[in-house]
Amino acid sequence: MLQINNIEVVYMKVIEVLRGVSLNVSRGKIIALLGANGAGKTTTLKAISGLLKTEEGEITDGSIYLAGERIDGYGPEDIAGMGISQVMEGRRVLEHLTVEENLMVGAYLRKDRAGVKKDMDMVFDYFPGLKRLRRQTSGYLSGGEQQMLVIGRALMGRPKLMLLDEPSLGLAPLMVQEIYGIIKGINSEQKMAILLVEQNARAALGIADTGHIMENGKIVMGGPAEELRDNDDIREFYMGLSTVGSRKSYRDIKHYRRRKRWIA
Amino acid sequence: MTYFLQLVVTGFSLGIVYALVAIGFVIILKCSEVFNIAQGHFVLIGGYLGYTFLVAFHLPIWACLLMAMATAAVMGLLIERLTLRPLVGQPVLAVIMMTIALASILEGLATLIWGGEYKTYHGLLPTLSLHIGEISVPSESLIGLIVSGAAVTILMLFFHYTKIGLAMRATAEDLQVVQSAGIKATRVYALSWVIASVVGVIGGILLGGVSGVMIPLANVGIKAFAVVLLGGLESIGGAIVAGIILGILENVAAGYLDPLLPGGGLANVFPFIVMIVVLIFKPHGLFGQVRIERI
Repeated sequence: MLQINNIEVVYMKVIEVLRGVSLNVSRGKIIALLGANGAGKTTTLKAISGLLKTEEGEITDGSIYLAGERIDGYGPEDIAGMGISQVMEGRRVLEHLTVEENLMVGAYLRKDRAGVKKDMDMVFDYFPGLKRLRRQTSGYLSGGEQQMLVIGRALMGRPKLMLLDEPSLGLAPLMVQEIYGIIKGINSEQKMAILLVEQNARAALGIADTGHIMENGKIVMGGPAEELRDNDDIREFYMGLSTVGSRKSYRDIKHYRRRKRWIA
Repeated sequence: MTYFLQLVVTGFSLGIVYALVAIGFVIILKCSEVFNIAQGHFVLIGGYLGYTFLVAFHLPIWACLLMAMATAAVMGLLIERLTLRPLVGQPVLAVIMMTIALASILEGLATLIWGGEYKTYHGLLPTLSLHIGEISVPSESLIGLIVSGAAVTILMLFFHYTKIGLAMRATAEDLQVVQSAGIKATRVYALSWVIASVVGVIGGILLGGVSGVMIPLANVGIKAFAVVLLGGLESIGGAIVAGIILGILENVAAGYLDPLLPGGGLANVFPFIVMIVVLIFKPHGLFGQVRIERI
């Protein structure tokens, strides 16, 4: 459904952030995009949603297609209308608006009032905690509630594809688990494709169908999520697990070299 | 006592007009972070439009208001499209310079079209009168009260109960979020200039009816700044309260202080003195937006 062909992104005409990224998201799947800080994960999402343009970034090469239609070159408002919602990093709630008003902003482009009302109930079904807070000023919600609210806001636009940027950021492990459970539920029940950017590789690979690893503006590795979960390098570098119990021998010594090979 | 209440009542209605003008300023500031120096010049244009439609075209007051509002809407749209839109994303200083230029251009155009002499349409507004006990509310004050009160109410309803009103409040919070929800920011900017220009023009017609129209009418803009600073930069409710406070202060000061000092200019300065004192103790103004910080 979404097809990214070898895009390159440059900020302010000098800083090259993406150096040839290709990615496919098929209908109804969850794709995880993992990597360290500065690898270019968020930039990839912004290139898709068009928000790059608001930050002096530019796609200098490559192309992005949504359901066969080329979408790079459009602004964020138009791309939102084509069925892509981005949930930005850092829980960007509209602080002085109520929970309900936040959700209504997500449904701005929709004309079917009955459908909007139904979807608001659907959001409250997924996040029962929000229902009780519907008239509260959203700036005073807890971190977890705010994360739920921004995901709910993206849902209100009924997107075909949701771009989720670090939903686990700054949340307690239990809350991360809860939110990931709900994301998985939304994906399977609404048949909504999700492109998920995460630092928390374990949580992301737990629900994703496919995973990709980014480093220095390139995708260096990809494959089915369960394969990545079992991959020793990924366990070590991104999940913080070493092969417990095995004798420490070659791996410690070769750590540096293996890492280097990836980056090059 | 009657004299004091009389001053308070007329000051109150004057204050509502200030509040209306200040709201236009706040809306532009909130939606597009532009500090509109030319807000007072919308008032000036409003005064002249009032003169044109009431005196030259002999229109009744309601038709005059409608025509002036339509003209103001077009003026707001044109100004946004031609002068502000090309500067979206440019440094704040460049945008402020543009609004200063806009103030000069509007002032020059007004002189070009209507000439430099004093215009008045004092007797042409309908005469209403209201007596509460011993206080009689003068006709201009009553009209000012009704028209601006209605305008402020309509604006508040607009912001809370329409989709585009919600979009405007949302844009004031986070531009990127709003864009990724499919809301066209340029449309919100254009609308904020239309509203600012319309409320400025309404204020101009009302104030022009009281004191006549000449270039210095644009100084109402400075009073609007005072209102906005006192009320808190980003608060519409604050602008209303602060507008009323300043209106009353100005009138009461005029009533009691001006006879004491020869020259009688103190009334115009007094509200600013109060504003400075308040700002020393509450730098965000009385109702400035408190940055929400969770603990």
